[in-house]
Amino acid sequence: MEHDTGGVSTLSTKIVVNGTPQELTHDVRTTLLDALRDHLGVTSAKKGCDHGQCGACTVLVDGRRVVSCLSLTASLDGTEVVTAEGLGSPEDLSDLQQAFVDRDGLQCGYCTPGQVCSAQAMLAEAAAGMPSHVTDPSALADPDAALELSDAEIRERMSGNLCRCGAYVNIVAAIRDTAAQRAAATGASEEETS
Amino acid sequence: MRPFTYERARSVADALRRTVGATDDGASAAYLAGGTNLIDHLRLGIRETDRLIDVSHLDLTEVTELEDGGLRVGALARNADVAAHPLVRRRFPVVSAAMLAGASGQLRNMATMGGNLLQRTRCVYFQDPSTPCNKREPGSGCSAIEGLGTYNALIGASDACVAVHPSDLCVALAALDVTVVVEGPLGERRIDFADLHRLPGDHPEQDTTLDRSELITTIEIAGPGFAGHSRYRKLRERASYAFATVSVAAALDVQDGRVADVRLGLGGVAHRPHRARRAEDALRGGPATHEAYAAAIAAELEQARPVPTTPTRCSSCSAPSRRCWTR
Ligand SMILES: Cc1cc2nc3c(=O)[nH]c(=O)nc-3n(C[C@H](O)[C@H](O)[C@H](O)COP(=O)(O)OP(=O)(O)OC[C@H]3O[C@@H](n4cnc5c(N)ncnc54)[C@H](O)[C@@H]3O)c2cc1C
Ligand code: SF4
Ligand code: FES
Ligand code: FES
Repeated sequence: MEHDTGGVSTLSTKIVVNGTPQELTHDVRTTLLDALRDHLGVTSAKKGCDHGQCGACTVLVDGRRVVSCLSLTASLDGTEVVTAEGLGSPEDLSDLQQAFVDRDGLQCGYCTPGQVCSAQAMLAEAAAGMPSHVTDPSALADPDAALELSDAEIRERMSGNLCRCGAYVNIVAAIRDTAAQRAAATGASEEETS
Repeated sequence: MRPFTYERARSVADALRRTVGATDDGASAAYLAGGTNLIDHLRLGIRETDRLIDVSHLDLTEVTELEDGGLRVGALARNADVAAHPLVRRRFPVVSAAMLAGASGQLRNMATMGGNLLQRTRCVYFQDPSTPCNKREPGSGCSAIEGLGTYNALIGASDACVAVHPSDLCVALAALDVTVVVEGPLGERRIDFADLHRLPGDHPEQDTTLDRSELITTIEIAGPGFAGHSRYRKLRERASYAFATVSVAAALDVQDGRVADVRLGLGGVAHRPHRARRAEDALRGGPATHEAYAAAIAAELEQARPVPTTPTRCSSCSAPSRRCWTR
């Protein structure tokens, strides 16, 4: 619904944020990042560059990772948004969040919510067989080839998330641990059902 | 950002009606796809619009087969989805590889095929409204010619603008048989990919031959048939997530040690994705050897006009080219 109020037009947009339906009235120009931080008080998504370059504002929209600083709220009517708060809480961390803690995958923590959201989606992308820039050319051209999530793959797939503190080595370790745990858990449950 | 209104297009016809309607009213309109280029430019004040027409929800996201073995890709399909699509990976791996070499996982999830083609040809000064730039403000001068020119065009630049087209995807498409299908006020128009982007000449403010109201609906990749054997190589200042210093897209058909056919695109060298026809001609029918490839790239670069700020860029074209052949 569009209203015109003296040159600036406002809109009502419905989105579900971390499981809670929200209806917000906002300036048409509001990005998802500003809507989250300034309208909804969801502050885990960080404004690093505001130009799509750093990944600190990464959130999941309908399960896919995006940079919220270049996403227009108006375009997202009807979507489901998940931020780091929605992945787990301090009392009940997700496996990935716990791995970041266990591996010291952070220093100042500014980039961390974006890293965690990005990693969550990246693991799903890899599990779905999506290739990357470092995937071997013969495997790229063969959609049936198995894809192994090596450290080089993790680094490449996470290159959209910058960390000024340089916690990269431990971030890769945390993601590697989580991937292994999840693979083991899937293997175990497959054995149970067979 | 200057205020604008937001409208969600319900169909291609609806999108066109809204855009043409705006123009008839003396207003400006812009199509919003993934927004990764447009939102940034609206916010920087580089682009202004009265009406934003959101086409990102249009049902133009499928990858389907053409009868001759080619593919038809919807203009609103996301770069990540097309790069991972099994048909694209099998038939045109160079297209997948080029997209995967560009931007980041997050941006590829947002960026669309049409938006990638129409992202602005630009340099760092274009992005900085405090500097003169003929592309941003015609007649204001060019900051790059005498400035930080590491990325300046080597081929086809003008005195008005030396920017290069930043897309990786477009370098792959330049090497293939591609038709861009657009819908405009006068109906459908089919544009050969080579005719989509412009050299700067005296009008660097125009990146393409499209009219502002025309909407890209489909990208058809028809061949060549040997594109199953194709590669993309990109040189950049860091290992990942940076624009190209130079890049090469190559498709090669070698029979009995001879180059039966070849397609070559070069990125980072010109105001538009560059099809390296001279190199192709030099190679076709000759031996498939390193010497022949090196000579072919040298033949292509005879037309290059490197400036003092780009001393190594010509020689850097040969390294990714070589790696296209050897891996
Ligand atoms: C930090 C960063 C790094 C990047 N790195 C790379 C890189 O390494 N390689 C690379 O190739 N790209 C890179 N990009 C650019 C990115 O790929 C483009 O911004 C993206 O492809 C644009 O697509 P979009 O759908 O978001 O377009 P939008 O931003 O929505 O639109 C771009 C332009 O195209 C017009 N438009 C969009 N769709 C249509 C259509 N169907 N018909 C007519 N007009 C249309 C819009 O009106 C607008 O003028 C980078 C971008 C960022 C922000
Ligand atoms: S090279 Fe082109 S885009 Fe860059 S400052 Fe000069 S005119 Fe502007
Ligand atoms: S704040 Fe969005 S990418 Fe930096
Ligand atoms: S932990 Fe400080 S920026 Fe990453």
